[in-house]
Amino acid sequence: MNGATNQASSLSGNGKRPRIGVYVCHCGSNIAGTVDVAEVREWAEKRLDRSGVVVARDYKFMCSSLGQELIEKDIKDLALDRVVVAACSPHLHESTFRTACRRAGLNPYLCELASIREQVSWVHSDKVAATDKAKAVLSGAVERVARNEPLEPQHVPVNPATMVVGGGIAGIQAALEIADAGYHVYLVERDPSIGGHMAQFDKTFPTLDCAACILTPRMVSAGTHPNITLLTWSEVEKVDGYVGSFSVTVRKKARYVKTALCTGCGVCQEKCPKKVIDEVYEAGLGYRKAIFTPFPQAVPKYPVLDRSNCTYFQRGKCKACEKFCPTGAIDFEQQDEVVTLEVGNIVLATGYDLFDPRRVTQYGYGRLANVFSSLEFERLTNSAGPTHGEIVLRDGVTKPSTVGIVHCVGSRDRNFNNYCSAICCMQSLKFAHLVKERTGATVYNFYIDMRTPAKAYDEFYQRVLEEGTLFVRGKVAEVTDAARLAGENGKLIIQVEDTLAGKQRRIPVDMVVLSAALEPRHDAADVAKRFGISCSHDGWFIEKHPKLDPVATMTEGIFIAGCVTGPKDIPATVAQGAAAAARVLGHIQRREIALEPIRASVIEERCSGCRICNDLCPFNAITYIEERAVTEINPALCQGCGTCVAACPAGAIAGTGFSNEQILAQIDGLLLRNLEVPAAEPALV
Amino acid sequence: MTTPLAAPSDPTVGADLRFLEEVSAATAGVSRLEMCIQCGTCGGSCPVAADMDHTPRMLFAMIRAGMRDEALRSNTPWICVSCYHCVVRCPQEVHIADVMYTIKSMAIRAKLYQDSVAPDFSQTFVDMVENYGRSFEFGLATRHYLKHFPLRIPGAASMGAGMLSKKRMTVKPKRIAGMAQLDAILARAKALELTS
Amino acid sequence: MSGYLLYPGCSLDTGARAYDESLHAIAGPLGLELTEIDDWNCCGATEYLGINLIPAYALIGRNLALAARQANGSRTVVAPCSACYLNLAKADHYMRERPILGERVNEALAAGDLQYEPGSLEIRHLLDVIINDVGLDEIKARVKRPLSGLRVAPYLGCMVPRPDYEHRWSDHEHPIELDRLLDALGAEVIDFPLKTHCCGGHMTQIGPETAYELIRRLLHAADQFKADVIATVCPMCQLNLDAYQGATNRHFGTSYEIPIVFFTQLIGLALGLDADAAGFGREMVSARHALGRVGVKPPPPTDAEARRRPKKDRLSLPMPQMPGGEGGEP
Repeated sequence: MNGATNQASSLSGNGKRPRIGVYVCHCGSNIAGTVDVAEVREWAEKRLDRSGVVVARDYKFMCSSLGQELIEKDIKDLALDRVVVAACSPHLHESTFRTACRRAGLNPYLCELASIREQVSWVHSDKVAATDKAKAVLSGAVERVARNEPLEPQHVPVNPATMVVGGGIAGIQAALEIADAGYHVYLVERDPSIGGHMAQFDKTFPTLDCAACILTPRMVSAGTHPNITLLTWSEVEKVDGYVGSFSVTVRKKARYVKTALCTGCGVCQEKCPKKVIDEVYEAGLGYRKAIFTPFPQAVPKYPVLDRSNCTYFQRGKCKACEKFCPTGAIDFEQQDEVVTLEVGNIVLATGYDLFDPRRVTQYGYGRLANVFSSLEFERLTNSAGPTHGEIVLRDGVTKPSTVGIVHCVGSRDRNFNNYCSAICCMQSLKFAHLVKERTGATVYNFYIDMRTPAKAYDEFYQRVLEEGTLFVRGKVAEVTDAARLAGENGKLIIQVEDTLAGKQRRIPVDMVVLSAALEPRHDAADVAKRFGISCSHDGWFIEKHPKLDPVATMTEGIFIAGCVTGPKDIPATVAQGAAAAARVLGHIQRREIALEPIRASVIEERCSGCRICNDLCPFNAITYIEERAVTEINPALCQGCGTCVAACPAGAIAGTGFSNEQILAQIDGLLLRNLEVPAAEPALV
Repeated sequence: MTTPLAAPSDPTVGADLRFLEEVSAATAGVSRLEMCIQCGTCGGSCPVAADMDHTPRMLFAMIRAGMRDEALRSNTPWICVSCYHCVVRCPQEVHIADVMYTIKSMAIRAKLYQDSVAPDFSQTFVDMVENYGRSFEFGLATRHYLKHFPLRIPGAASMGAGMLSKKRMTVKPKRIAGMAQLDAILARAKALELTS
Repeated sequence: MSGYLLYPGCSLDTGARAYDESLHAIAGPLGLELTEIDDWNCCGATEYLGINLIPAYALIGRNLALAARQANGSRTVVAPCSACYLNLAKADHYMRERPILGERVNEALAAGDLQYEPGSLEIRHLLDVIINDVGLDEIKARVKRPLSGLRVAPYLGCMVPRPDYEHRWSDHEHPIELDRLLDALGAEVIDFPLKTHCCGGHMTQIGPETAYELIRRLLHAADQFKADVIATVCPMCQLNLDAYQGATNRHFGTSYEIPIVFFTQLIGLALGLDADAAGFGREMVSARHALGRVGVKPPPPTDAEARRRPKKDRLSLPMPQMPGGEGGEP
């Protein structure tokens, strides 16, 4: 929109005077209790007719079918070409009224909502002032709507292929559901095998299902599914494009193993002389070789050669794996392969990292040998773990006779993470059960509150109580080896206030297990930026709506599932994986997607190529066209936030649905300047 | 606290919340006492909890329950050694040690403490400082032992003699030059109180 | 080197005379220019805070105001005593955190023609200044008599690492600063588990049994690790552990004999000063034995040294990596 339209003269686009219908809602007593609705209606009828209002009505509940029908009838009978509904916030019923307009044959973007509930009746108590404010708000909306253009959503085609990033249980669930529906999925995983954290566990709560037993069938399905292409030991480097047509660059890191020849026999791992601590899968508690598969049930079965620990790569010697490989599958010359994949939708399911318990120095993790983190303990209990499922002390041999399990390590603590990690109480109960089962040791759980909300959770707590685990309500203050009283020598002492008994206790134990918080992945902010989605300051990805839209993001076509948004248990994770898959399938089925037309566009004649706007876009929608020396905005990626519109020094970017003309007119309407005798107004830029 | 916990017009809310507000107002910094989740970290960390009538956590529960007399009678703040273990570990960042100081001063004003040894010691120390501008160990010890531990004087005297011989104690106090200035400052300070 | 405003605190020229002597003896060689705050007054220790809030902070405030006024180009106040350090830092911090407190304190100070703008001074403990401003490399370079063979338990006490408003220390529970300093002096540093546990403070005067128990725990731990000396940074800690060691022994029937010295005294020895110049001879539990160790061939390894390392066993599980390179392979 350009031109010097006199904003006081309320002309619509084609120079004709608009015909505006105004509808003021009572919302029961929500609005009518504070705002004199009848007065507002009357005022609009009498005073705003110069702005184009031809009819003004009020009604108890505009959003009801009868209310909507009022609008539809007027559009037809009175040839309305603009509608203003003064009611609740547009967040709630904008689409309701827009749809009603569309039904009556009016372009839905010619309907405006004026919020006189959230912005007036719900925040003020002075009835006179509130009524005046409602009039002003309505007046602003009327002036604005007169300058609205009829808009059409843009339709973009959807590539039926999907990328799922993250091969944990959330990603696997999403991938399988999409693949089972008949569409192709690229499952990208950073580690050598899919499986995620769940593959590290022994048992899962509350059913005490063996994690591997329920996970590995899914992993195998994903690994062999005709519709799934597995890209493990791979990372996404760049994401271009927009919903329906993303172009994703993936780096497939060199495994130094020719997968076409590798049979997964494992001889290379056996013969490799270089043993290193496995910080990832074994949580630092066990070893692997320089060439390794992380665990026996790995999918895919092909090992990976860790260059930074390989004797050949570091010092030019060895090559034992190559010597002994029966099929000649080792290839030291292999290079990373970079591929570009075209997909229509992306699901991010990259999981969580564990809080580092070294940060809580008073618990002695890292200093005192027999203090273990939750993941270390999972590895201890796992039958394929470093101790074959035996719960033993750090010496690898001794069984503990007393174990203390500490809840809330790094959670619910302003010194570390403010939030509750959702799963630790159940996890701690699980640990207690496993210790009892395998060692018969005395077990203490130290908690602040017991959080067991989901199905069969509190029953599990009852079970653990019945098994004889002792519960002490108190956040552990300190774990120390400095013996003070009799019976403490050679033990770890847990010092805690037993708040229910009202006294400080020192409890000697052999082993301490710290239920550590779940944290976002440490590179979450980078990943979010790479995909163009939002990430909170502590690293959790942000959902479109925390209650009503938990798997979508503000970026169309990118969905999130699992612990990326916050700590959650396996059932919730799986549900989210499935939900994300359903959303993707919805896009794919429709074959094309309608995008909201509220977005920015560059007026090329005015663009000087200064590029100030280029780096401002939070959605990576702005690109610079070298040949024409102008900037271009991709309408599919643009979310209409308005940052570039405001930043452009030449005013060369217009926000559809938010033009300067519309906004300035709305301000004039709010200030009731539209009611004054029209003076010579300066021309609009 | 920035918002008072009870509507000023609500007469049914009694001593409970007002005691909590009183304590919060009189505490240096922002006490955050209302944020306490009763987790017990403070009671678990306290090196002298065994000698206290109530653990620090219990004391805060009592304050929040409006148990004014019991809280001010408790020996808890007088046993507190200001080691700050509780302060740095508290997951809700409550200014625990400073609340202890507040309870002490309230107990003194209300004369509700059970054992006068600690309040007297503090008062004697303060008297020395207000007289000389510096602390005076010899004067402090003498007055304190005479008042409260007369039977320990022989034992203390031998230690005192050792300290004197090693020049780690003096029998004459030192006085600052700006006593008048300090007096003026303290007099004005005493007239000012922190109530909100 | 930069200049500092020194706030000695009341105990430096009485109970902690050794601290005062050693501090001034090493200041020159380390290049520390310390100017005493003119006519400073007592900080009130932990006593005034329990009587009355505004007067307590005004008492501290007078020192801050005087220092700010005197500021000889330096805005850093250095306090050797932990309690003084905490009081000065706390007053400055709370006057900022709660503006009404700042207002009242300044109102009181105005009666003495003084003012203090919270945040205008930097308040630091002597140990912090020595480690961070002088630097460990500089100190190492100046060591003439390495304290080889001397087993030292680093004891920081409570008020230096906590609450640490300005985040100057590596950790609240197990800070490594004093350890690293003693290491730079060539001493054998013990991984002392109670390095920030309380010495009892003024409980020696109020509830001696409580204090003796706290003192006993520290002596017991130091004894278990076969420490030759305990190095302290605070006059109160030194007094309690040293002057009340006898009383503690009598109370529990123990016979600990562990000298308690100030870290500045050990620096003095390492820099080549003789025992007298480094303030020795004033301690109640004589440091004669420990002094004899310095420069002498180190004794054979004791049980205590092997304590912390898990068995070197192929069955043993690896420990998590710790900063400083420990952990990993057993």
